[in-house]
Amino acid sequence: MGLNELWFLLIAVLFVGFFFLEGFDFGVGISTRFLAKNDLERRIMINTIGPFWDANEVWLLTGGGAIFAAFPHWYATMFSGYYVPFVFVLLALIGRGVAFEFRGKVQSARWTKTWDYVVFFGSLLPPFLFGVLFTSILRGMPIDADMNMYAGFTDFVNLYSITGGVTVTILCFLHGLSFLTLRTVGDLQNRSRALAKKVVWLALAALVAFVGLSYDQTDIFTARASVTVPMIGAIVIAYVLAALFLTKKRDGLAFVSSGAGIILTVSVIFASLFPRVMISSLSSAYDLTVYNAASGPYSLKVMTIVAVTLLPFVIGYQIWSYYVFRKRVDGKDLTY
Amino acid sequence: MDELFLARLQFGSTTIFHFLFVPLSIGLVFLVALMETHYVLKGDERYKKLAKFWGHLFLINFAVGVVTGIIQEFQFGMNWSDYSRFVGDVFGAPLAIEALLAFFMESTFIGLWIFGWDRLSPKVHLACIWLVSLGTMMSALWILAANSFMQEPVGFVMNNGRAEMNDFFALLTNPQLAVEFPHVIFGALATGAFFIGGVSAFKILKGQEVDLFKKSFNLAMTVALISGLAIAFSGHAQAKHLMESQPMKMAASEALWEDSGDPAAWTAFAWIDSENQENSFEINIPFALSYLAYEKFQGDVPGMKTLQAEYEATYGEGNYIPPVKTTFWSFRIMVGAGMVMIFASLLGLYFSYRETLAQQKWFLRAMVALISFPFIANSAGWIMTEVGRQPWTVFGLMTTSASISPNVSTASLLLSLIAFSGAYLILAIVLVYLFIREIKKGVEHHEAAPDQKAGDPFDQEVYL
Repeated sequence: MGLNELWFLLIAVLFVGFFFLEGFDFGVGISTRFLAKNDLERRIMINTIGPFWDANEVWLLTGGGAIFAAFPHWYATMFSGYYVPFVFVLLALIGRGVAFEFRGKVQSARWTKTWDYVVFFGSLLPPFLFGVLFTSILRGMPIDADMNMYAGFTDFVNLYSITGGVTVTILCFLHGLSFLTLRTVGDLQNRSRALAKKVVWLALAALVAFVGLSYDQTDIFTARASVTVPMIGAIVIAYVLAALFLTKKRDGLAFVSSGAGIILTVSVIFASLFPRVMISSLSSAYDLTVYNAASGPYSLKVMTIVAVTLLPFVIGYQIWSYYVFRKRVDGKDLTY
Repeated sequence: MDELFLARLQFGSTTIFHFLFVPLSIGLVFLVALMETHYVLKGDERYKKLAKFWGHLFLINFAVGVVTGIIQEFQFGMNWSDYSRFVGDVFGAPLAIEALLAFFMESTFIGLWIFGWDRLSPKVHLACIWLVSLGTMMSALWILAANSFMQEPVGFVMNNGRAEMNDFFALLTNPQLAVEFPHVIFGALATGAFFIGGVSAFKILKGQEVDLFKKSFNLAMTVALISGLAIAFSGHAQAKHLMESQPMKMAASEALWEDSGDPAAWTAFAWIDSENQENSFEINIPFALSYLAYEKFQGDVPGMKTLQAEYEATYGEGNYIPPVKTTFWSFRIMVGAGMVMIFASLLGLYFSYRETLAQQKWFLRAMVALISFPFIANSAGWIMTEVGRQPWTVFGLMTTSASISPNVSTASLLLSLIAFSGAYLILAIVLVYLFIREIKKGVEHHEAAPDQKAGDPFDQEVYL
């Protein structure tokens, strides 16, 4: 494996990490609308991700930075091509980030309610838009010989991309619910599990629709079938297992299954893309690949040394922070 | 309206807005860490209370700094895709390292710090805030390494029409970075110090928790004075370096159309006529520019017309003179504000030493107004640096007009400009509102009795 392939893998790992970690943050944010009966419950729910969400979001920023450093053309084509979707992603992330900080600052029902809506939409919009983004990349976008993408409305918004967006959103929703079953107690925990049991079927239905459309719209089954087909099978198994574990109240295993589902889903997308990073719908000659979009070998070597040195520390102290806050949030704990 | 104008307007305004919060965060977290250190080492509970109070203000500010920073990470690609293609090989690395090294550290340890008061031992908790402080400074180091490349490209070769990195350590030992980094960091510490100094002055003026706020005032003014002097020295080093790296920026910041002659006088005030390339009125201080540029009272400084001819010979036809009035006046605003800050911190320490601070009502009022000065100086400094580099994005390699995304339409740009401006306006209003509320509440409020927190996991102590 050369450095170009390694960096594709590293970026895939960063996005897998982002969707696994920030996936449950988004899911918890979405759940606040469906699960919380009152302000206290909403606070408990937000509190479950309180110490973590900011660091989880950094996986996205690092993914973006890594794309810039390792594949400048990918960075340039994707961010300029998806200009308007990214404006909305950014607005959502801006709102959500400050809403966590601001919502409890003023003791007024209207104030809190306003920021709660920002938390909800700020958690709902990004997974949806990222789903749209990745599915449309998979399908191919109008990228010309100069690597510039000139896309129209229907390139962004079509049945396939919307299905992809909805699927990713539901997967995050489920992931958040199963995270809540691990981090809360009593009634809230039971209701999280009960809702998760329903949402898991929704997730499976969405996945079936998404995979079916992918068969029609992309080369996901032909480009690297020996890898992607077993993975797609594994995704379905993961969510069936999640449903089973939720029924048996094995919350830890349910969370692991839902996490495995997300990890596999993101991995399938990257596996079927490789070695392309952006697919051109105009001509396969205009595809951006890990070779023609990459930085020079020197840059890649430097970045590899830096990443290999730093990543273990980053993962180490993030795990430590989860260990420090391993206790469930019950609303009676004075230290919380 | 043309796309280049809109893209520049958006980048300039979002960056200036972002950089209101960044230096305040860097400064505040450093001072909070000092306060907590005092508490942990000496066991003085008052410093714990102070660390929490200033910590609350820091966290509000940090949240806004973080979210406005997300845009920064993406908008090179969104608005400046041709720039990103051209320099990504060199420029992307420091950005990725910034995220990997600094953002992860800041965000993880800030979570541990906020939620960990009762879960971690005092020493581990203290280590967390110092790691956040270290993270903010590392973040500054890497983003400034990237910016220094734009001012003074080093460590690269041209290959297939792109700049490719060939010496990573040259990026880190860029002489521009050596003068720019200390200048920015001490500017940030001064920003935090003047914020704490000004708010403390306000509370002392109101007669609220005077003893506590005198402590934070003293600490702030000590940091302010040290930083102020360090800013002046590193700023001077930067000016001297500018003579070698970007003499055109130097000439523009002095509104020097013709060569200065030897020795060079420093222009304190000029009525600039950019169209006719002359100044109709000037107030000059003899010898001063020679000193600024060379640290001696002799030496000729080349004027813009000479440099324009030189650049045309090197880079081909074009206008290489940046907007002169903006560069000239932003430099003077920055230097003026910096001088006032040094003077004010000296005076503040003097009054503290004589223990007459609480009686100096006029001075305390002035300190409240002076909260704005570091923000003005920071913004003016960056305007001078970035506008003075025009027409280049990467000096000598790529022009701003060649950097833009060719596929982003005017309509998209208008949408993003309106959306971001609207969001930032709301953020600014809410931030100021919350600052005022927190400041009015004072220190002791945050030490609310534990029973009030019972059953409410998201109350004061926890998520702030």
